[in-house]
Amino acid sequence: MTELTIQRPAPRPVPLSLRLALRDVGGITKRNLLRIIRTPQLMFVSLLQPTIILLLFRYVLGGAIRIPGIDYVDFVMPGIFLESVLIGGMTTALALAQDLQAGMIDRFRSLPMARPAFLVGRTLADLSRSVLALAFIIGLGVLVGFRFHNNAAACLAGIALIIAFGFALTWVYAAIGLAVKDPQTAQMAAILPMFVLFFASSALVPVSTMPGWLQPFAQNQPATVTINAVRALFQGGPVYHDLWQSLLWSTGILIVSLIVSLNLYRKATA
Amino acid sequence: MPIAPMIEVEALTKRFGATRALDNVSVSAEAGRVLALLGPNGAGKTTLVRVLTTLLVPDSGRARVGGLDVTQDAKAVRSIIGLAGQYATVDEMLTGRENLELVGLLYHLDKAVYRRRAADALERMSLAAAGNRPVRTYSGGMRRRLDLAASLIGRPPVLFLDEPTTGLDPRTRNDLWQLIEELVAGGTTVLLTTQYMEEAEHLADQIVVLDAGRVAAEGTADELKGQLGGNVLEIRVRRRADLEKAASLVAGLGRAAPRLDPELNKISMPVEGGPRELIAAGRVLDDSGMPLEDLGIRRPSLDDVFLALTGHATGPGGGEATTRTGAEDD
Repeated sequence: MTELTIQRPAPRPVPLSLRLALRDVGGITKRNLLRIIRTPQLMFVSLLQPTIILLLFRYVLGGAIRIPGIDYVDFVMPGIFLESVLIGGMTTALALAQDLQAGMIDRFRSLPMARPAFLVGRTLADLSRSVLALAFIIGLGVLVGFRFHNNAAACLAGIALIIAFGFALTWVYAAIGLAVKDPQTAQMAAILPMFVLFFASSALVPVSTMPGWLQPFAQNQPATVTINAVRALFQGGPVYHDLWQSLLWSTGILIVSLIVSLNLYRKATA
Repeated sequence: MPIAPMIEVEALTKRFGATRALDNVSVSAEAGRVLALLGPNGAGKTTLVRVLTTLLVPDSGRARVGGLDVTQDAKAVRSIIGLAGQYATVDEMLTGRENLELVGLLYHLDKAVYRRRAADALERMSLAAAGNRPVRTYSGGMRRRLDLAASLIGRPPVLFLDEPTTGLDPRTRNDLWQLIEELVAGGTTVLLTTQYMEEAEHLADQIVVLDAGRVAAEGTADELKGQLGGNVLEIRVRRRADLEKAASLVAGLGRAAPRLDPELNKISMPVEGGPRELIAAGRVLDDSGMPLEDLGIRRPSLDDVFLALTGHATGPGGGEATTRTGAEDD
């Protein structure tokens, strides 16, 4: 192929250096952030869902649930914080399916940009939105009686753990969006991991109250260990076992779904 | 000294399951020329464009753009091509300017350069006044112009236009044709796909007729029309019962057998000349006493080209713009 390039007009050289790749990520992130800012109604609706769950478990169901040694509001909030981040991730699947269907992905794939930048820019923009949503839900939690009982560093570490888990899950949603290709299907499919991870976990009730067959899953699944770790970081108590398990899960989920997503993007056809 | 072709396709094959979207296709286009791929939906036009723009990997055969292999040197190919499509791929939520600047950034142009080019492109496409409005407020024609502008931001020497004017009104279409002519005059090599004979005739130096993934014919517009003959005689009878009889009465006037459409009570037949055959047909049909709905001659349509070249029609709605079905032309 070198001999051919000599005979013909040489193309502009494309040194895909890291600097240019990061610049591509910046451009795509900005595009997606502009889209988020210009659809405030979507942001509003994605806040509404965790708000309702929060109020439901604080005021409607919370009175009937007694957890020994902890106020229910302090018990349930870490799970609800995590849920607010998971709900935000669903829009990643939707947005990618939309881009695929609208032909936007064809446009980007035919440009000399760094290919992973398209997906990294997507997940980073969605991460920023999730952080905003998380800040809102934490504020609301404090308003209805939730309190941090640990030192500031531990509490911040807990928040960081929620964000890390949310970011890893964003890549799962990216893979779902690219795999199903259709926005409506993407939206429905993206609800599934959220339901399984959130309800069959220690988010709302202790796993020990669940039937025996469900306990092994509920005890060890990524959302449970993350919520347990966050709860311990917020309220005090033994944390290391759950913490490293959560970090391991998040890293594993991130690596696998990142490889799957990049592979799907490379071959993407509407 | 012979000029090396800017686009070279050799024995390209691409299958989707059991269908061969491209079956041993070879075409080439010289620098600064316009190559038109003409064919109905499903002929393989879009598949070929997708292979040449590095979006799809072929099963076998070779394709080079600017001397670069589209699979082995895909990244380098992307830096010398522009792609604009039938479905304007611009972001609805961004302004026209933001769309162009993003594409410029992704072509790895300096900020000052892409900002200036975006402003110039908006001016040139008569979008300057709408440049800071979100694209969702644009009309279909404006979107198409913005899409074309986006494909030009990197000043690519090779431009791929996939059905650039499908669904546009005649005035907007003419504006777009003029733009494409200006680009070609400036040295750009263009490959465009179209369902319209007229468009291929107007813009292209070389036309390749694709049918069911194969090259059915290629040549200049004149060469293809030469194969096709002069005009088409069209007869519509009032009573279906007269259809066969009318066909047999005029059969001797044509250069090929008459084609019958029982649904529309219509007969069409390629004829060498025009007025003489029309008058002769009018005479024999009038003598027979059968009532007619319509009698006339017209220029050949894409359907006629296809019938003549491939022996079958382009299918339902062939030659007309169809609505998007998603899997169209793949």
